Amino acid sequence: MTAIDSSLQTQEPDAISAGTTATTAVKGRGRVPWRFLGNRALFYLFTLWAAITINFFVPRLMKGDAVDQYLARNRNVSPEAADALRALLGLDTDKSLLQQYFDYWNLLLHGDLGVSLLHGLRPVTEVISQALPWTVGLVGFATLVAFTIGTVGGAIVGWRRGSRLDALIPITTFLSTIPYFWLGLLAIALFSVNLGWFPIGKAYGVGVTPEWSFEFIGEVIHHGFLPATTIIIASLGGWMLGMRNMMLTVLDEDYVMVAQAKGMPNDRVLWRYAARNAVLPQIQSFALSLGFIVGGTIVMEMVFSYPGVGKLLLDATNAKDYALMQGVFLVITLSVLLANLLADVAYAFLDPRTRQTEA
Amino acid sequence: MTAVNDRTAQNDGAALDADGAHRQAGVPATATVRTSQRPASTPPRKPTFWSKLGSAFAMFRNPKSIAGLSILGFFVLVAIFADVLAPYPPTRIDNTARFQPPSAAHWLGTTHIGEDVLSQVIHGTRGVIVVGFLAAIIATLIAIVIGVISGYLTGWRSESLSALTNVFLVIPGLPLIIIVASMFDDPPLILIALVLGLIGWAWGARVLRAQTMSLRTRDFIQAARANGEPMRRIITVEMLPNLMALIAASFVGTVTAAILGLTTLSYIGVIPVTTYNWGTILNWASAQGAFRQNQWWWYLPPGLCIAAIGVALSLINFGIDEYVNPRLRSAGERARAMKKKGMNVNDTVTVVRTNTKTQENA
Repeated sequence: MTAIDSSLQTQEPDAISAGTTATTAVKGRGRVPWRFLGNRALFYLFTLWAAITINFFVPRLMKGDAVDQYLARNRNVSPEAADALRALLGLDTDKSLLQQYFDYWNLLLHGDLGVSLLHGLRPVTEVISQALPWTVGLVGFATLVAFTIGTVGGAIVGWRRGSRLDALIPITTFLSTIPYFWLGLLAIALFSVNLGWFPIGKAYGVGVTPEWSFEFIGEVIHHGFLPATTIIIASLGGWMLGMRNMMLTVLDEDYVMVAQAKGMPNDRVLWRYAARNAVLPQIQSFALSLGFIVGGTIVMEMVFSYPGVGKLLLDATNAKDYALMQGVFLVITLSVLLANLLADVAYAFLDPRTRQTEA
Repeated sequence: MTAVNDRTAQNDGAALDADGAHRQAGVPATATVRTSQRPASTPPRKPTFWSKLGSAFAMFRNPKSIAGLSILGFFVLVAIFADVLAPYPPTRIDNTARFQPPSAAHWLGTTHIGEDVLSQVIHGTRGVIVVGFLAAIIATLIAIVIGVISGYLTGWRSESLSALTNVFLVIPGLPLIIIVASMFDDPPLILIALVLGLIGWAWGARVLRAQTMSLRTRDFIQAARANGEPMRRIITVEMLPNLMALIAASFVGTVTAAILGLTTLSYIGVIPVTTYNWGTILNWASAQGAFRQNQWWWYLPPGLCIAAIGVALSLINFGIDEYVNPRLRSAGERARAMKKKGMNVNDTVTVVRTNTKTQENA
């Protein structure tokens, strides 16, 4: 391998002076990769269409009718009112499936996600926008912290390879293989029930109204501590293992050895040379994990009865509240797609090779 | 990557051997030099079925993988012989023995209606193992077919298969399973495995596609194509052996994901409680307040079992990782070897030199 590499390196200047493909690649660096962007845009549009279509069909394949469930809960609704409800929810069977599909798209494009039966016929958008800040705030914070600790820790573990720090890898991996809901339940049993340090679940205490005061913010932090910590513990292992494995690969590269041979301080070699290159795949998976912030915390919100989007989806599924279910699934899918887009853009900016291969 | 290089190196070696045999017949001068290196009395051994099988599972031949496989094997045996091993039927109600802590009669205590927790855990192994492996087999088969074909083909067919993979990669899995599972009143385990498999194949397909694309341009594939071998044969005979480690890794990863998915769904209560698995036990324990009343014998064992299987699977994956990327193992070993000589792997070159000098002086 090294022999081939060195021969390639000696050839490179010749190739550039001779004006071969190497020069065009160098010149093409600053150009906007239109073809790449076009392909990605096409992919996102297609995925969006697929997700929305799944979203449209799934509730219609389900057994049981939202209105039947609603009638079972509220006895004093007349049959006429039930029919009106069906019409309101777009569930009247007079229309063909195709017509319903177009109606669905039409409403969607107008930002109308229907009304939620579970929440007293309030608009779905309103219900979701109330739950979204809790999920994004708590899980976003926890993901950011886990990513930072895991990446910095993984870089140090990879740098000090062969030392006792290597033991951190199996430990954090173990913590990430135990099921999250069990970890959460254990944390509640230990810290909330037995020690009484933290309240059991919920985002803030009963009878407290949300407001921008230090008292309320303190309460939110107090309630959010256990959920956030368990998420960090459970997701740390993946970040650390990924970074450490990339570090070990990068540290074997010639440029790291050259940097060390030049007598550069170790700190500089570690962070500016090795870690800077090893972090690229990490940043991409970080952008991807941002998408799962909204959807991936259903279990956490169930265990801690946190008033977020995941709990909304669970409650909606149990009550067969289709409109809310569709709305939540749509929000989750949109956030995943947005995060993927972010990952693409970040990668194109950070790794010039992505642009070069296109040019 | 490096493992594949090793494999191709082996292939090159085999080609050389064949060349050597040819030259022996013609006896040019260089051939005698070559054959003199290897005694003529031992002709290169032909790969038998067993040696081929052995090299196909080479990624498991390291302490980490063997330890992981042993733990996994233990659980598989428990799942097979659950009827023999369990001291009681898992759902036998005993009203005289409620909420009992572990004792000689009930090694792991009893539940709120006097069911034996140990028997439930033993019987619960079955559902977890069956669903985990079934889902992983389904997912891996889809991943191989889609990944290898989309990596081998070019043009719009490759791109459209890749787009399909990406769609499945970004569609959020757990919410979708919850919605799909709630369509059925009593979803059978096979259906759960099918859904988990259908949702979990995309990552493996993406990895296999990338590796196949890189294999496609290698010399031995080009040679096979030049020989006029059909695509079916190139993929199954030439490519699949070089993809075995990645296939194994994606299989193990899917088993982990499927087991976590199954237990989580059972805990949430999406899967009915008629079929016992570890998640169902935890669902009951949580519903009956075992976590609030410190009935640790009820909620600790199932969780620890899931963790044990998770550890076993990640040990296997560590082993495969180190086989695929030997730097992961050798980096630590080299650093430790240098430490023994009194050197630090991260020291600059000059420091290392003074160290060797002092050692020579001493």
